[in-house]
Amino acid sequence: MFAIETLALEKTYHVGFWRKRPKLSLRPLTLQVNEGEVFGYLGPNGAGKTTTLKLLMGLVFPTSGSAKILGMEIGDPRMKAQIGFLPEHPYFYDYLTAHELLDYYARLSGVPAQERKRRIDVALDRVKLHDVNKVQLRKFSKGMLQRVGIAQAIIHDPKLIFLDEPMSGLDPIGRREVRDLMQELKDQGKTIFFSTHILSDAETICDRVAVLNKGELKGVGVVADLTDKLTGTVEFQFEGAAAADALRALGATVHATGESVRAQLPEAMQDAAIDTLRRHKARLLSITPVRATLEDYFLGKLDALQPQENFEVAEAGR
Amino acid sequence: MMFAALLICCMSTSVIALRKLDHIRSGSAVQELLFVPSPKVMKAMSLGYTGLMADIYWTRAVQYFGRNHHDRKLEYHYLGPLLEITADLDPHLLPTYEFGSVFLAQKPPEGAGEPDRAVQLVEKGIKHNPEYWRLYYSLGFIHWMERKDPSAAADAFQRGVKVQGSHPWMKSMAAAMASESGDRNTARLLWRAMYESTEDQNVKRNAVKRLAALDVDDSVDTLELVVLKYKERFGAAPRSWAQLVQAGWLKSTPLDPIGNPYELAEDGSVLVQNIDALPFITRGLVKHGGASVSTQSESNVKKPS
Amino acid sequence: MKRVSAIASNTFREAVRDRVLYNLILFAVLIVASALLFGQISIGIEKIILINLGLSAVSIFGLVIAIFIGIQLVSKEIEKRTLYTVLARPVRRWEFIVGKFFGLAGTLVVNTFFMAIGFFGALLYLAHKFERADASLLAALYFIILQFVILIALALLFSSFSTPLLSAVFTFALFVIGTFAQDLREFAAMTSGATKYLATGFAYIVPNFASLNVISSVAHGQPVATDLIVYNTLYALVYAATALSAAVIIFENRNLK
Repeated sequence: MFAIETLALEKTYHVGFWRKRPKLSLRPLTLQVNEGEVFGYLGPNGAGKTTTLKLLMGLVFPTSGSAKILGMEIGDPRMKAQIGFLPEHPYFYDYLTAHELLDYYARLSGVPAQERKRRIDVALDRVKLHDVNKVQLRKFSKGMLQRVGIAQAIIHDPKLIFLDEPMSGLDPIGRREVRDLMQELKDQGKTIFFSTHILSDAETICDRVAVLNKGELKGVGVVADLTDKLTGTVEFQFEGAAAADALRALGATVHATGESVRAQLPEAMQDAAIDTLRRHKARLLSITPVRATLEDYFLGKLDALQPQENFEVAEAGR
Repeated sequence: MMFAALLICCMSTSVIALRKLDHIRSGSAVQELLFVPSPKVMKAMSLGYTGLMADIYWTRAVQYFGRNHHDRKLEYHYLGPLLEITADLDPHLLPTYEFGSVFLAQKPPEGAGEPDRAVQLVEKGIKHNPEYWRLYYSLGFIHWMERKDPSAAADAFQRGVKVQGSHPWMKSMAAAMASESGDRNTARLLWRAMYESTEDQNVKRNAVKRLAALDVDDSVDTLELVVLKYKERFGAAPRSWAQLVQAGWLKSTPLDPIGNPYELAEDGSVLVQNIDALPFITRGLVKHGGASVSTQSESNVKKPS
Repeated sequence: MKRVSAIASNTFREAVRDRVLYNLILFAVLIVASALLFGQISIGIEKIILINLGLSAVSIFGLVIAIFIGIQLVSKEIEKRTLYTVLARPVRRWEFIVGKFFGLAGTLVVNTFFMAIGFFGALLYLAHKFERADASLLAALYFIILQFVILIALALLFSSFSTPLLSAVFTFALFVIGTFAQDLREFAAMTSGATKYLATGFAYIVPNFASLNVISSVAHGQPVATDLIVYNTLYALVYAATALSAAVIIFENRNLK
C-alpha cells in the first residue's frame, strides 16, 4: 500500500465574476508516495503545490480523478485520524495558549482524555515550547508559531504528516530545528510529504522529490540518483589573477575576487588549464569535480516539456 | 505640547459653536417638523420596539407642551400628533389619554384648544382599554368643560358608571350632568375629582389653577354683590375696602388666591390685580362697560343668578 | 458529539476573551441604569419605562453581538486559515457549523443572563419588591433569547458563503423584514395569482420576529400565554434548524480556496 496515491487528480478553478473563465490549477496528477519516506514536493510559487495539498486534505474538491491516502479515500474521517497537516503561513487562535490549542486539536483528533495531557507535554517538548505553554499565542514569534504548528500536526501521533512550506520565514536556526524534527519523525517510521521551493532543504532530507510547474508534474526522482551524476566539469580554485584571463581565453567560466579565483571548465580541458596556471605561476588550491545539484535538476525540469513517464530515473528500486 | 493646546482649543471652540447652533435653531419650527412622522411610519420604524418608542414620544409630548407653555406660546401644533403617535405605539399607556384630555382640549395658551381631537384620542383609549374607568371620566370632562356639550358628557359618565370598580362619584357626576349644566359648582367638583385622582403632576397643577380661578370668579361675584348692597344701603358706592371693613360687612381686605388684594373700581366693579398670574378666571377682568384688559380666554360658565 | 462540544466551547472561549464583548455589556448595563433616571421625567410610569428600556436594551445589544460575532464565525476561520488545520482532522463539516452555533448561542445566553441580573437589580431598586406579574418578564427574556437563536443561525448561514460585510447586511435586513412578517403574510393573503405565491412564499421564509417581541405587553404587566411560549419555541428551533441545515449544505460543498 502506498502512503499517498493519486490517479489523474485534477483541479480547474473558475475565476471571474460574470463569465467564469476556467483556470487550470492542477493538471491530471498521478503520483505515488511510499510509506516511511520523506517526499519533497518542489516547485516555484504558484505551481500548484498548495492546491495539491488542499485536494489531499479534502479542503477543495477535485474536478476529476481520485486519490487515496493510506489506502483510504480522501475525506474519510478514519484516514484523517492518521494524518497531520501544517498549512503555509499558519495562524492559530491567538487568544489561546499553546497548551489550550493543543488540547483543542487533540480533542478534535479523538485523543482520549487520559492520554491528552501526556501527549501535549510530549509534543511541546519535541518542538521545544514547553516553557511557554501558558503564554497566549498572540505573543509568539513566527518561529514559535511554526513550531506550534508542527506540534499540532503530530499531537495525535499520525502515520503521515503533510507540511506546506514548513521552513518559510524561519531563520537558519529555525530551519535546522525543523529539519532535525523531520528527521526524528522519519526515524520513527513516519511518512512526511512536504512542499517547498527551497531546494537546499529538500536536498538534505528528502528521499525522493517531485517537481511541479504551472500545475503540471515535470519529474519525479530519488535525490541521490539525481545528484550523483557528474556534470563533466571541474572547478579550479587558485590564487593569481593573472592566470584568470588566460583561462577565460580557454573557454572557462571565471570568477575572481581580488587574487582568489574560481574557474569552471570541461574535464577534457583539465590538463591544458593546469599548464596555463603553471605558466602564470598561479597557486593552485583545489580541483573538484562538479556534481549536479538538485537545482540543476529542478531548473532543467522546469524547462522540459516532456511528460513524466520519460523520467523513469527513480521509481525502480525502492 | 502643541497638539495638546490644539486639542483644548478645538474642544472649546466646538462647545461655543454648539451653543450658537442651539440658539439659532431654537427659533425655527423646522426641527419640530422633522421629528413628527405619521403614526404608521413611526410604528414601522420602531422595528418591534414600540413600547420604548411610545415612552420616548410621551416624554417628547410632555416636554413640547411644557416648553411652549413656559414660553407663553399660543400654538401647540404638534401636541396632537405627538400624543396620537404615542397612543398608536402603545395604546395601553394610560397617562397619554389623561394628559390629552386636559391639555389637548383647553384653549391656548393653557392648551392646544382642540377638544374634538382630544375626544377622538380618549375614545381610542377607551377602545383599547375598556375596563379603565378613568378614561370615561376624562371623556366626560372634555365634553362638559371644553365642548359645552352636557348631554354628551352625561353619556360618557354613564358609560363609566357601568365599569366595574369605578369611583362612586362617577354616579353623582352623571346625575349632575343630566340635571343642571353650566354650574360653577359642578366645574369645581370635576376639577377636584381630577386633582385627587391623577398622578400626573402637570395635570394636578392645572387642576389647582382651575380651582383657584373658580374661587376668584365666586369671590368677585360675591364682592360685587356686597358693594351693590352697600350702595343701596348708604346711597353711595364705597371707595375702598376699608369702608366696608369699618361698616362690619367685611372682616378684612379681600385677597385673591395669590395674595393680592382685589381692586375696587368707582363703578363698583371688582378687579383682579394681576390677571396674567391667574389664568382661567372669567370675572374680575373688566370694569363694567369698560374694555377688556387681558387676552384671557372665556369660559361660558353661567353666572349664578 | 465530543467534537461538536470542543468546537462549541472553543467558540465560547473566543467570545469571552474578546474585549469588545465586555464593552457592549457595560454599555447595556449603563442604559438600564439610565432608565431609572429617564423614569423621573414621568412619574407613575417609571416601571413601564424601565421595563421597556431595559428589555429593549438587552434585545438590541444581543442582536448586535449576535450579528457582529455571527458573521465572522466561518469567514474568520477561513481568512485566518485556522479552518484548514481543523478540517484536516476527523471533523465533519457539519460538526464544525453546529459547534460554532452552540458556542455563540451559549455566549449569548450567558450575556443575557448577566444583563438580566442588572435589569432585575434596577427593577428591585425601583419597585422595592417583585410581584407575581414580574414572572412574565422572564418569558420576555426567554423570547429575546429565541430571537438570538434565529439570528445566530442566519448569521452563520450567510457567513458560510459570504463576506462579513454582506453577511451583516443580509442578517440585519432579515431582522428588519422579520419584524413585519405578519404584515407581509396579511399582504400576501390579499394578493392573487403569481404575486400571491411569491409573496406568500417570501412571507413564510422570512423569520417571524414580531411574535417574539412581547416587551410592550409585559411592561403593562400582561401575562404571556403558555401557547405562545410553546409555539414560539417550536418555531424558533425549527427555523434555526432550517437555516443551519442550509448552512451545512452550502459549507459541505464549498471549495475552501
